[in-house]
Amino acid sequence: MNPLWLSHFTSTSSIGRGIGPTLAALQEGRAGLAPCEFDGVDLAAFIGKVADVDEVALPSRLAEHDCRNNRLALMALSQDDFSETVHAAIENYGAHRIGLFIGTSTSGILQTELAYRRRDPVTGALPADFHYATTQNTYSVADFVQKYFGLKGPAATVSSACSSSAKVFASAGRMLRAGLIDAALVGGVDSLCQTTLYGFNSLGLVSEQACRPFDVERNGLSIGEAAAFAMLEHTPDNLDENSVLLLGLGESSDAYHMSSPHPDGLGARMAMESALEMAELKPGQIDYINLHGTATPSNDAVEGAAIQALFGSATPCSSTKGATGHALGAAGALEADICALALQNDLLPAGLNSRRIDPQLDIAYLLSNRHQPVARVLSNSFGFGGTNISLILGRASAV
Amino acid sequence: MTLSAYIEGVGLLGPGLSGWAASLPILAGTQRYQPGRTVLPLPALLPAAERRRCGAIVKLSLATGLEAIDAARLDAAKLPSVFTSSGGDGENCHAICEMLASGDRQISPTRFHNSVHNIAAGYWAIATASMATASVLCAYDGSFGAGLLEAMAQAVVDRTHVVLMACDTPYPDPIDSVRHIPDAFGVALVLAPQRGDHALARISIGLTGTQSDRNDDEALEALRRSVPAARALPLLCCIAQRRQANLVLDYLEHTNLAVDIAPC
Repeated sequence: MNPLWLSHFTSTSSIGRGIGPTLAALQEGRAGLAPCEFDGVDLAAFIGKVADVDEVALPSRLAEHDCRNNRLALMALSQDDFSETVHAAIENYGAHRIGLFIGTSTSGILQTELAYRRRDPVTGALPADFHYATTQNTYSVADFVQKYFGLKGPAATVSSACSSSAKVFASAGRMLRAGLIDAALVGGVDSLCQTTLYGFNSLGLVSEQACRPFDVERNGLSIGEAAAFAMLEHTPDNLDENSVLLLGLGESSDAYHMSSPHPDGLGARMAMESALEMAELKPGQIDYINLHGTATPSNDAVEGAAIQALFGSATPCSSTKGATGHALGAAGALEADICALALQNDLLPAGLNSRRIDPQLDIAYLLSNRHQPVARVLSNSFGFGGTNISLILGRASAV
Repeated sequence: MTLSAYIEGVGLLGPGLSGWAASLPILAGTQRYQPGRTVLPLPALLPAAERRRCGAIVKLSLATGLEAIDAARLDAAKLPSVFTSSGGDGENCHAICEMLASGDRQISPTRFHNSVHNIAAGYWAIATASMATASVLCAYDGSFGAGLLEAMAQAVVDRTHVVLMACDTPYPDPIDSVRHIPDAFGVALVLAPQRGDHALARISIGLTGTQSDRNDDEALEALRRSVPAARALPLLCCIAQRRQANLVLDYLEHTNLAVDIAPC
């Protein structure tokens, strides 16, 4: 396929607000995980919480969209001149020629959780200040971003659990190739809520310490929150060699279980294989793999086996969830942005918190940062319900 | 810019609409529409454990998707899928929020994994053994439009058959009072990039700022307006009537879908 251009990107997570602090945290090996202090949750867990989300004020005309998820979205959109980039794209292409595809898993469900605590004791009614459509509904975040910028092109929220904001690249890419749009604002936003904290805990998948992906003693994930965005456009003729391109992507389904991965990693392998096929690359041409790497015993085992089978044991890889926590529906876009930083800064980021890699998982897991030229990277995102996607990004100089 | 494909199969379930074949006379205008309650069949394809655990949106997606694929004589196991809905499993969402607001916040594993918006896609892949890609979307009241556009883009750009399932089910109280969906409604379309033996109609879509079309029948119009997935009804009526038409379907606030439909 013809590569698409990530003309601008930004991310905000527990390791940093905007690209500069995010890169600094990666270079310094700094994690954003801390013992869980959120909304009275009484679990022994670490979380990757973004500071000061509650301080963000939405414009008064969008007051009904006010919820943690949309505040986090606005916080991220306000970094790295990203909003200016969107306005420039509107000037350049027209508001109706820009698509909008945002991934989220839980949207503004926290707002509903809070509303359920304030139900009328007699009638059971929800409080009058609860706005379902603009907060809880899965479309809320795309609706907010579209109205915030005045975009008028195709728009949707993509919600396939933890693969959501990697899948947005697939939807946006098709619309660009179909000629329906000239640019796409893609991204992912997911924010802390009790549903995911108590939900993953019920599955026995939450670690009581900061998550340790691929460690022999890994015992669960740490939930994080994040918002990450990118502008996706057709590749112009003359690009700076440090520009980042989407070279290919591959999608698959496990067809196995709602919350357990395929035991042989078949779906994961199919996604990686078809991404390589679309990018017309061989496994040996990938310099780094950003793993889905949630740090649950079974997820890492299955992903490790799939990578071993396809790439062998030499390709450097790591999970940056040890730094950011698992940002669920925002993880795909966040990790695509981290991959873009890796490409532009000759940096293979280490996986944090892990000490001794599971000897059963025979892959080249990075326990310290490596500095070397990076031409092409692959990023995995696998979600509940068995929705898988692998993205391949590359430096313009590598094409 | 328009995208063109062929519709090879339709699945339909809604209040008073029990399958595509049974609904043809109603949509064609030769039989009066009688609103009733939507009847959801048990998903026979799912293993017993999953069948017990799954809610209305799963039953609705499976029933409509399989009806459309059977009509197109295709193998569901090899077909990319697009799922679109305004919400997920509403009963399950209510149960989780109620538990979290109570003293006991230990929700069950099944409750949790059924809370994802892509619940129908997950059960669909298990039921049909399909390892093909599944795209799962939401655009509130414009969810059908978003799904149709995504499925058309897949058919045209990826040169593949694809099945679209657009399904919505009601919330219980108290969410029902802030998001009222009166009954379950689901529609499935199998799209093909080229004209084949089972083609029912040729469809072309583009974007427009024009206002959307209404159903002539008052009761069908009421249904169209009350459930997001039922925004497909003007299109379904044209297919049933084997009528060439230019339609506008609901999508977003500023953008609707301009649809050309012609029988094959």
